Amino acid sequence: MGAPPSSDGSRAPARPLPGAGVERRTVAEGAGVAVFLALALFGVPALRNGYWELVLQTSAIYTIVALSLALLLGRVGMISLGQVALLAIGGWIALRLGFATTMPFLVVVFVTGLITGVLGTLIGLPALRLSGLHLALITLMFAAAITLLLEATQFPNGGGGFLGHSVLTTAPSVLHRPGFASDDAAYYRLVVVATGLMFLLVVAHVRSRAGRAWAAIRQSEAAALAAGVNVTLYKLWALALASFMTGVAGGLLAASGGGLTVYQFPTQNSIILLAVVLMGGIFSLWGPVVAGLLFEALPALLRTWGLPADLLTILFGLGVLQVQLTAAAGLASQVPRDLARLARLLGGAMGRRRGQELPG
Amino acid sequence: MIEISDLTVRFGGVTPIDGVSLRFPGGTCGLIGPNGAGKTTLFNVLSGFVSPTSGSVRAFGDDLLAMPHYRRARWGLRRTFQTEQAIEALSVFDNVAMVHEHTGGRRSRRRREVLDAIGLVGLEVDPGELVGTLGARERRLVEIARAVVGEPRVVLLDEPAAGLPEEETEHLGRMIRRIPGERGALVVLVDHDMSLVSACCEITAVLDFGHLIASGPTPEVLRDERVRRAYLGTEEEL
Ligand SMILES: Nc1ncnc2c1ncn2[C@@H]1O[C@H](COP(=O)(O)OP(=O)(O)OP(=O)(O)O)[C@@H](O)[C@H]1O
Ligand SMILES: [Mg+2]
Repeated sequence: MGAPPSSDGSRAPARPLPGAGVERRTVAEGAGVAVFLALALFGVPALRNGYWELVLQTSAIYTIVALSLALLLGRVGMISLGQVALLAIGGWIALRLGFATTMPFLVVVFVTGLITGVLGTLIGLPALRLSGLHLALITLMFAAAITLLLEATQFPNGGGGFLGHSVLTTAPSVLHRPGFASDDAAYYRLVVVATGLMFLLVVAHVRSRAGRAWAAIRQSEAAALAAGVNVTLYKLWALALASFMTGVAGGLLAASGGGLTVYQFPTQNSIILLAVVLMGGIFSLWGPVVAGLLFEALPALLRTWGLPADLLTILFGLGVLQVQLTAAAGLASQVPRDLARLARLLGGAMGRRRGQELPG
Repeated sequence: MIEISDLTVRFGGVTPIDGVSLRFPGGTCGLIGPNGAGKTTLFNVLSGFVSPTSGSVRAFGDDLLAMPHYRRARWGLRRTFQTEQAIEALSVFDNVAMVHEHTGGRRSRRRREVLDAIGLVGLEVDPGELVGTLGARERRLVEIARAVVGEPRVVLLDEPAAGLPEEETEHLGRMIRRIPGERGALVVLVDHDMSLVSACCEITAVLDFGHLIASGPTPEVLRDERVRRAYLGTEEEL
C-alpha cells in the first residue's frame, strides 16, 4: 500500500518518441517514393512510347482501385469484391456529369468521387453486419448485378434522358480532358499526380484517429468497442473513403483512352483484382502499385510477347498461393526484406573483415 | 459503486447468470468462481457485449445498460480481456493513445496522460515499439495501461495474472492496488490466483453456476463452507 504518490508524469520514460530507427526508415522510404515518382512523372513520358504510356496510365488508375481494396482488406479487415463494379459506376457518373454539365474536369472527377462515395457506403450499409465470406459474396453479387445493368444501359455518350445513351450515334463514351492536360503525355502525368494524392489521403487517414480505430477493429471488434470506438461509424467511413477513391479512378478512366465500354468491367475482374491485391500485399503502401502493374501491365506484356491471356489467370492463381504460403504480407514487403537481408549479409561480412583489422 | 440487481442472462438453454444481485462498493473488489461460473459473462454484460434477459445495473447512479456499448468507455468503463487484446499493428503509445482519444481525453494532455498510464503499469519498453513484437507479459501490461489511461471510473480486469510466473504476479498485484488511489477508479478483479485476489481485494464475491454463493470480506469468503464446496474437485486451491 506504500506506493509513492505520483500523478505528474515524472515516471514517464525520457526516451524520444517515436524511436530513432523509425525516423531513419521514414527517410529511406521518402527517398524511395521520390525516386519512383520522378521516374513515373518524367522517365516514362521521355520514352515517347504511346502504347506503354497508355498501359502505365491505366495501371496507375487501377492502382487507385487496388489501394481502396487494400485499405478495406488490410487496414479494416473488410473484403469487397465490388470495387471493379464501383469503378464502372464512377465512370458512368463522370460521363453523365461531363455530358450534362459544364463543370471543369477536375470538379467532375471530384464530384464523381463524392457521389460514388455515398453510393458505395449505402451499398455497404446492409453488408456491415456481415463479415468475411458473407460480405465477399454479397459484394460479388452486387458486381454481377451492375455488370448486367450496364449491359442494358450502356455508358453515356451524349444522348438525352437520365441514361444519356443514344444508339443513333457511334460517338464514344469518353470524358473531355481538361485544357491543361489534353495531350496524352500531360494526361498521363495528371493521372500519376492524382494517384499520388490518393496515396496521401490514405496515409493521412492511417496515421490519424481513424487509422488507429481501424487497426483495433481489424484485430478485434470487441477490443475496439471496449476502447470507445464507434465501430459502425468507422467501418462506414472506410467504405466511404474506399468508394470515393474508386469513383475518382472511374472519372480518370473515363477520359483515359478511347472511351468506356461495358466489356471493360466483367465480373471476374473483381476476383482478379483481389488476387493481384493479395499478391502485391495489403499491408504495405507499395502493394497497390505492384497490384496495378500486375493487373494492367502484365497482360500487356503477355500480349506483346504473343502469349495467351488465359495464362494470366493461372499465373495469378499460382502467385496468390506462393504469396500466401511464403510471404503473407505480399510481394511489396517481401522484396525489400530480401534486399535488407542481402544488405545485412554483405554488411556483416565486411564488418567482420574490418573488425579483424582493429586492434583487439 | 456498482449495483447489480436480479441479473439473469440466458443463451438458449444455458443460464450463465441466474438472478444475481451484487454490490461492488469501491476500491478493488474480487470476483471469483470455478471455470464456467459466469464471471466473464458478467463482465460482458457490463461492457454491453451481452444483453441480459432481465435485471438492472447501476454504476455511480447511472443506468449502465441504457448506454450503447461503445459509449460506456467514454463514460469511464474500461476492461481487459481474458485472452489479451492489445492491438498488434499499433505502437505501445498508440495503443494507449487511441483509448484516450476515443474516450474524450483532451488532446493537449494526451501525451502526458498516455505516458503516465504506461508508467503506472510499469512498462519498461520504448513507447514507439510495435505491440506485435512484445512478449506476453508486456502485452498484458499494455492492455492494462489502455484500461487506466485518462479518467476511468470502473476498471474490469479479467484474469490479468493468467500464465504469469509468481514474481510477476506479485508485481502485478502491487500495481493493481495502486489503481483506485491514483486513478480514482473502482477495480473489479477476476482471477483464479487466490493469493493475488487476497492481496488486492478487501471484499470478494463468489459465483458458482451463475449463482452468487458468497460475498463479503475476502478472508471470510475464502473460509466459507459453500465456497470451499464449490471449489471441491477443481484443481484450484483456496
Ligand atoms: N456466447 C455464449 N453462448 C453460449 N454460451 C456461453 C456464451 N458465453 C459463455 N457461455 C457459457 O456460459 C457459461 C459461463 O461462461 P463464462 O465465460 O462467463 O465463465 P467464467 O466464469 O468466465 O469461466 P472461466 O473461469 O473459465 O473464464 C459457460 O457455461 C459458457 O459455456
Ligand atoms: Mg472467464
